[in-house]
Amino acid sequence: MTTEALAPPKAVAARRHAASELTRSRVRSAMIFLLPMLIALAIVAGWPLLRTIYFSLTDTSLTNLYGGKFVGFKNYLGWTTLKSGRTIFSGLLVDPVWWNAVGNTVRFAVVSVALETVIGMIVALVLNAEFKGRGIVRAAILVPWAIPTIVSAKMWAWMLNDQFGIINDMLMRLGLISTKIAWTASADTAMTAVLIVDIWKTTPFMALLILAGLQMVPKDVYEAARIDGVHPIKVFFRVTLPLVRPALMVAVIFRLLDAMRIFDLVYVLTPNSSATETMSVVSRENLFDFDKFAYGSAQSTLLFLIIAVMTGIYIWLGNVRFDGGDR
Amino acid sequence: MAQIVLKNIRKSFGAVEVIRGVDLEIRSGEFMVFVGPSGCGKSTLLRLMAGLEDISSGDMMFDGERVNALAPSKRGIAMVFQSYALYPHMTVYENMAFGMQLAKSDADAVKTRVEAAADMLQITPYLKRLPKQLSGGQRQRVAIGRAIVRDPRVFLFDEPLSNLDAALRVATRLEIAKLHHAMNTATMVYVTHDQVEAMTLADRICVLRDGLVEQVGTPLELYENPQSLFVAGFIGSPKMNFLTGAHAARYRAETIGIRPEHLVLGTGDEAWTGTVVHSENLGSDTFVYIDIGAEEPLNMREDGTTRHKPGDTLSVKPLEGRVHRFDTAGKPIAG
Amino acid sequence: MAWTILKKTAFYALVVFIVVVAVFPFYYAILTSFKSGTDLFRVTYWPTGFSLENYVKVLNTGSFPQNLLNSVFIATVTVLGALFLAVTASFALSRVRFRGRGTLLMVILGVSMFPQIAVLAGLFELIRFLGIYNTPWALIFSYTIFTLPFTVWVLTTFMRDLPIEIEEAAIVDGATPWVIITRVFMPLMWPALVTTGLLAFIGAWNEFLFALTFTSSNATRTVPVAISMLSGGSEHEIPWGNIMAASVIVTIPLVALVLIFQRKIISGLTAGGVKG
Repeated sequence: MTTEALAPPKAVAARRHAASELTRSRVRSAMIFLLPMLIALAIVAGWPLLRTIYFSLTDTSLTNLYGGKFVGFKNYLGWTTLKSGRTIFSGLLVDPVWWNAVGNTVRFAVVSVALETVIGMIVALVLNAEFKGRGIVRAAILVPWAIPTIVSAKMWAWMLNDQFGIINDMLMRLGLISTKIAWTASADTAMTAVLIVDIWKTTPFMALLILAGLQMVPKDVYEAARIDGVHPIKVFFRVTLPLVRPALMVAVIFRLLDAMRIFDLVYVLTPNSSATETMSVVSRENLFDFDKFAYGSAQSTLLFLIIAVMTGIYIWLGNVRFDGGDR
Repeated sequence: MAQIVLKNIRKSFGAVEVIRGVDLEIRSGEFMVFVGPSGCGKSTLLRLMAGLEDISSGDMMFDGERVNALAPSKRGIAMVFQSYALYPHMTVYENMAFGMQLAKSDADAVKTRVEAAADMLQITPYLKRLPKQLSGGQRQRVAIGRAIVRDPRVFLFDEPLSNLDAALRVATRLEIAKLHHAMNTATMVYVTHDQVEAMTLADRICVLRDGLVEQVGTPLELYENPQSLFVAGFIGSPKMNFLTGAHAARYRAETIGIRPEHLVLGTGDEAWTGTVVHSENLGSDTFVYIDIGAEEPLNMREDGTTRHKPGDTLSVKPLEGRVHRFDTAGKPIAG
Repeated sequence: MAWTILKKTAFYALVVFIVVVAVFPFYYAILTSFKSGTDLFRVTYWPTGFSLENYVKVLNTGSFPQNLLNSVFIATVTVLGALFLAVTASFALSRVRFRGRGTLLMVILGVSMFPQIAVLAGLFELIRFLGIYNTPWALIFSYTIFTLPFTVWVLTTFMRDLPIEIEEAAIVDGATPWVIITRVFMPLMWPALVTTGLLAFIGAWNEFLFALTFTSSNATRTVPVAISMLSGGSEHEIPWGNIMAASVIVTIPLVALVLIFQRKIISGLTAGGVKG
């Protein structure tokens, strides 16, 4: 709708202007329509977030949610000076377990998204070509996406099983390994296992987003390049890639944000492994398993801040238009 | 039936003023056509009348009542859109009845009115069909039928023919002309960029340019007495020839204009001589382009049977009293 | 000539590789689910036997059927609630100009990217306070945090694309915004509603963190949590056969739905730019 904004420009307002009945009734309806959604979001998202942040500044425990005292930033960083003059720091910012989790999360996010982007690009290019059976391939790559994360974790846990797993069997038959690998249990390979499953499950999403970008590139661009005799690889880097870059950027940053909060896959595939536990996993452990509710709240608050900053960058980089033009 | 008066109507979108102070009176029962190049504000003006856009300043009066703030549905208007804007999921009957149903009209009254309108437009056989089962011309007739059912004071047409092919456009144009005669009490406002549509349909034409009224008058008035260079060039097909410099000075004017149909072969003081550069034979008419050393070749209409080859030398002169003279401001010079 | 054939062969080899990698784990899960006894622990690439033992066991012991019902109920109610709130809200966001619209859309997008762990502590307190801990309502309540922004965002994108002239025709006909939504837009949008609903349903169906945290008994768990907790007689004996059977049961309907609606889903995914 191209109805005027609530407040018209000043110069016009001076000339005895009042919004028409239509505009006023539309804006009024819009407010009424938005209200239930906003209230719902405030209750399920806004309030709990504020409470989490509050808890992170207290010494609340799981068994006594309302008995916490305000302790300031002690959960994040506290210190006591000993008689000897030595200062001992405590709290989240000096907790090696937390920094290990941060490292795991970042490593997971960067590696998984990078590989998903490259593989997703290859799959998208394949799907963008015309060949017999394209529909079947597109349907096939939707399968991993449709499978619940927990189910894929379990399916792969079985396939990656050290004794009876088919992956070890395959690798042995191909002669690539000589002894069976305990993929999920061994600290050396646990992260690889998590990455394999995540890439398998999420690449289809990436491929579909890139494919949508590819299909918006007009065909005659390629035809022109072919008539000019440009080598296909050069066409990809000089024509295709620049044209899909906006779509690609949005997809990549979105996936990064998503990967930063990963919980379920790690929790189910590699339980209690310090080689893979992520920020979400340690936060939840502290909140509900270790009875360090306030400390866990501090960790989740910090994760929230990290993701909030990244979201800001995403919006800034993606240059997302929010008011959708003229309507 | 309504008389519409616009007093100093202005409309801005943000910092851009699209309608820059329009004064206009549309008489009751009149067929008024807004015409002008794209971006002149003609559609915006129509939407301001419909109430689909807020008026930034000025007064919009329907029969003496100020309607600036009135919702579209309460203005007694009906609108026919360029893209038909039929509800795709409703049958033709439902499309036409929707407005009356929303107004909680009696079911029998709705039926009578819809059937009468369908009969008038010869779409009765399609009442149970969905819009997608109709051709473009039929859809546009349904859209017109939907407007008729509303029994409005004012019909508003927003380029209703531009989505139709050429042949259908002529047929539907006739249809709308007939509708105007049949419903001679309703005021009709019609927006088009096609001056042929404007000339054939209008009681009066309002030529718009850059958000301002350039000239209002009957088609013949605009054709014979254009009040500016712009109107002179815009009305009439093919376009009027314009000559400047020495050619115009001869007539004591900055610019002179002669329509192709007002040039004839001949010699004498007023004649121009030049070579034929191109000739278009349309069967009924031939248009001959003659290079007389002016900026553009002169276009002259001749009978369809005549033949002039490029390279021929011709002498042409204007018909008596058919030379339009304009001053430096582009305004006509009297006499 | 030989070069073209080689290129073609390589291309089709790549296609086959993609398809096999995509489908194989699911195929292998199905294969495993039909094995019984010690057969389970022999690696085979092709079906060897056909036994329904695992399925019978999953469906008859424990609370798996109850978990399935829980999942269906929770996902359905969540999606219907989100759609109901989102349809009117997205009309306002896509069709009416008002001050602060851009900011509002940004907030909604922001919420959809929320790390769920960030609200976990606060939600836990709220759910305890409301007395719905360990009931389906705890999950319906908490799932709104991701289904609602998602549905609003996608429906806003869809609704923006509906032709403006149809809405204007309805306005001239005297339709209020409510009438425009219910009698003009909804009938035009049902494919979008189905798609969005389906994507939100998948999201709710697959959710794990909240389900794990806000339920505590076998009877109230949803399927993902139940599968993660399926255990055998002893701690070291993981019932792979049962797990695979349960996995197949919960996945088959999803895969079927996704394949049936694949075109719509792809357009919905790209419209929202959001992971389902």
